Amino acid sequence: MKRIVVLLALLTSLGTAGENRISVPYTRFTLPNGLTVILHEDHTTPTVSVNIYYHVGSGREKPGRTGFAHLFEHIMYEGSGHVPEGKYDEWLEAAGGDNNGSTNSDRTNYWINVPVNALELALFVESDRMGYLLDAMSPGTVDGQRDVVKNERRQSYENRPYGMASIVLDENLFPPDHPYHWPTIGSMEDLSAASFEDVVEFFKRFYGPNNASLSIAGDIDPAKTRTLVEKWFSDIPPGPPVPPMGAPVAFLGAEKRLVLEDKVQLPRLYMVWHSPAYYRPGDAEMDVAASVLAGGKNSRLFKRLVYELQIAQDVSAYQASQQLSSTFNIVATARSGRTLAELEKVITEELQRLLLEGPEKREVERAVNQYEASFLRRLEAVGGFGGKADQLNAYYTQTGNPDYFQEDLARYKALDPTDVQSAVRTVLREDQRVVLSVVPTGKPELAAPARKEAK
Amino acid sequence: MNTKLRMFGVIILCLGMTVSAWAQKPDRSAPPPLGPPPSFSMSAIQHFTLSNGVPVVLLEKHQVPLVQVNLVVRAGSVLDPPGKTGLASMMASMMMEGAGERDALQLADAIDFLGAQVGSAAGMHTSGVSLQTPLSKLDSAIALQADVALRPAFAPAELERKRKSRLTTLLQWRDEPRSLASLAFNSTLYGSAHPYGASSIGDEQAIRSLRVEDLRQFHARYFCPDNAVLIVVGDVTAAEMKPKLERAFGAWKGTAAAGVNLPQIKQVEKRSVVLVDKPGAAQTEIRIGRIGASRITDDYYPLIVMNTILGGSFSSRLNQNLREQHGYTYGAGSSFSFRLLPGPFLAGAAVHTAITDSALMEFMRELDAIQKPVPDMELERAKNYIALGFPGEFQTVGEIAGKLEEMVIYDLADTYYSHYIGRIQAVTKADVQRVARKYLDPAKMAIVLVGDRAAIESKIGAMNLASIAHVSIEDVLGKAPVIEGTK
Repeated sequence: MKRIVVLLALLTSLGTAGENRISVPYTRFTLPNGLTVILHEDHTTPTVSVNIYYHVGSGREKPGRTGFAHLFEHIMYEGSGHVPEGKYDEWLEAAGGDNNGSTNSDRTNYWINVPVNALELALFVESDRMGYLLDAMSPGTVDGQRDVVKNERRQSYENRPYGMASIVLDENLFPPDHPYHWPTIGSMEDLSAASFEDVVEFFKRFYGPNNASLSIAGDIDPAKTRTLVEKWFSDIPPGPPVPPMGAPVAFLGAEKRLVLEDKVQLPRLYMVWHSPAYYRPGDAEMDVAASVLAGGKNSRLFKRLVYELQIAQDVSAYQASQQLSSTFNIVATARSGRTLAELEKVITEELQRLLLEGPEKREVERAVNQYEASFLRRLEAVGGFGGKADQLNAYYTQTGNPDYFQEDLARYKALDPTDVQSAVRTVLREDQRVVLSVVPTGKPELAAPARKEAK
Repeated sequence: MNTKLRMFGVIILCLGMTVSAWAQKPDRSAPPPLGPPPSFSMSAIQHFTLSNGVPVVLLEKHQVPLVQVNLVVRAGSVLDPPGKTGLASMMASMMMEGAGERDALQLADAIDFLGAQVGSAAGMHTSGVSLQTPLSKLDSAIALQADVALRPAFAPAELERKRKSRLTTLLQWRDEPRSLASLAFNSTLYGSAHPYGASSIGDEQAIRSLRVEDLRQFHARYFCPDNAVLIVVGDVTAAEMKPKLERAFGAWKGTAAAGVNLPQIKQVEKRSVVLVDKPGAAQTEIRIGRIGASRITDDYYPLIVMNTILGGSFSSRLNQNLREQHGYTYGAGSSFSFRLLPGPFLAGAAVHTAITDSALMEFMRELDAIQKPVPDMELERAKNYIALGFPGEFQTVGEIAGKLEEMVIYDLADTYYSHYIGRIQAVTKADVQRVARKYLDPAKMAIVLVGDRAAIESKIGAMNLASIAHVSIEDVLGKAPVIEGTK
């Protein structure tokens, strides 16, 4: 293959951020099999991170197989054609490396951090499971990880206070045929039903190079790295084209009010709305709205509920940005002896004030300043979840532009109070939300009222 | 500059697409050989002293315009007076509730508006106020950090608010199996009279006993320049930082009070089983351990290597056995907490209730097996995992400041981290076996279980590990506090 070494070298030498501009310079190319590759140089430490996104998450699961995309993520670590079971971790650890992976509704990501001399080893094991996973699979592999994932569900959901709330919320926010209706962890029943045949089908359908992107960041020489990527990934045949994930419109025709009993001491209130998908108009606005409502001591809900009235132990608000449709969440835990009706009353007052008057200029500036500083922090680590390799790949997946840092930040810097006000007016509608009360077992009287009280 | 860059990027993409070269299949018969590991060198550690004697340790890191400044004070919860457990922690927490000319809300607003992060915390032996800020906001941010560290308000109303919050935390811990397990485990090992065995925030009685005067006194006694060190990492030089630090911390005066004598730590001398009943729990939290070693032990490197083999990495024995072979858990592991005095060794996992006894059996099996010589391959893998991965721990200003803090607290030489890799690589098979035998006698372990007694008790009893001591959540956390309302 013809290579463009000189040009690449020239490009990377330009890779310093201009003044006040946040940038993670990269080079990108696509292999003939459709694999998109993103390279970024950072010579701070002699390490490199190899990060891969498969553009498939739990949203692609079929009925009766919830939890499968995540179970599959586990299975990816159980060996492949030329990497015997257990050796993926053993070989990488013996080279001083770490690795992990994660699944959400939209995508599955995997990363390997290694000293730079082990870059080729990382590419070897990563390409082997992309090309030859099924050569090493058996029904027994599925059984082993099925038990592990069931324990993950017990640990992270069933045995954790308030752990079932997110599952109940998603079920009620999204219709049954929407990809966000079911939890990524899946149901116990569906995890039991997952079969070896499912593994074969899922792999063939979604794990081809044309449905993946590979991001490599660290102490690398881009030209040499490109050669290594071509060596290890070029012989993997593409899979079938994967159409974009479709979904019915997520819309709540009315307010839903739910009560869930749990083994907890204190009741907790969840208020959740549908909100704009990531990078859509309104998405950054709702991030700032979350900060105005519950980011720091001076935020409106914290100040009222926790600081002044002291009827809540904590309150948080966040825009959970996703590909198809996001959610905006307010979560508050009552102090002992307090009811969720009391909390809801104050939250309602503050929401009405925000809708009516909008945020103050300083509130928006404070939030934006914090976002700006957080972008600097994100430029430090190369590997792991949230490291630069991971961020480049996430931005590429979500926007088509790996170095979307400046554009992303610019969304926040452009906001003024009226933008935020207009977004909250669109999103935070009382007649289109889910209100969930999680109360101590046997104490339904602590829940928010079944119907919103008259104002 | 960036527009050009992106245009070049597009050109490359197009050229790349036009070249059709299905490369030959690479040879996958064996993993590609590793080249020699890259050498590791830290930037120079610089030292200077403020006019009042506060030593400053500084490391330049210029990749990103951020600065980390950690003020470390040699005083922590081990100095909590009798009956006032949690004082150091409350004092540290209250430092953020108003300082200098600002009340709690004004202080938070000023820090947030800069986009800076200021945090105060108390550990066992040290406390501190940390700052991370964009370089452009350094001057204002450091002034706020100094206010927090030197001029906290300790306002009575804020203390009352914090007190209720902490009493509520005691309530919430009743719901959290992990919190229950760690509280029960620490007090089983050290007894609640030793700070290592007590809850960091104290029990209800201690929380209720704290007065503003206690906070002021603790601060005045220990937050003194002769008891403090400043650590700076980031996009600055010593010449730039010296006047800034002098301005913020140079006028600080006072002499710290002497430390206190701690109760003797008594090693676990026989096996015990403590069962905390959590009816209906889907999993059992298992903690097995005994008192480990101090950070300043000669056995430090062998212990790190031995623990990596036993439960300190994904491919460690405990995780492979309990997770990968048996599917009993989402993850099992072990650790030594290295402190000035011997911290705990613990092995643990959250396991499915129904197989709690089988999981416990496998833990005991691995604690036995680690007493025997470890195979060469496993030893090499563990050493390389720690040693070769070490340079990757120096990527962020926060990480590096943490490393420098460790140097300061344990009085390690500036060259310490340069020798780290070599010292790990020098650990032998005999070293690993020696420390396993010395520190991990399976017959002398405390076993703490938090789970559904009705479902697990008889099977655990049948294992004849030791007689089971039944402990209620009230035994661990005291009676549920009744918290007065505020309106």
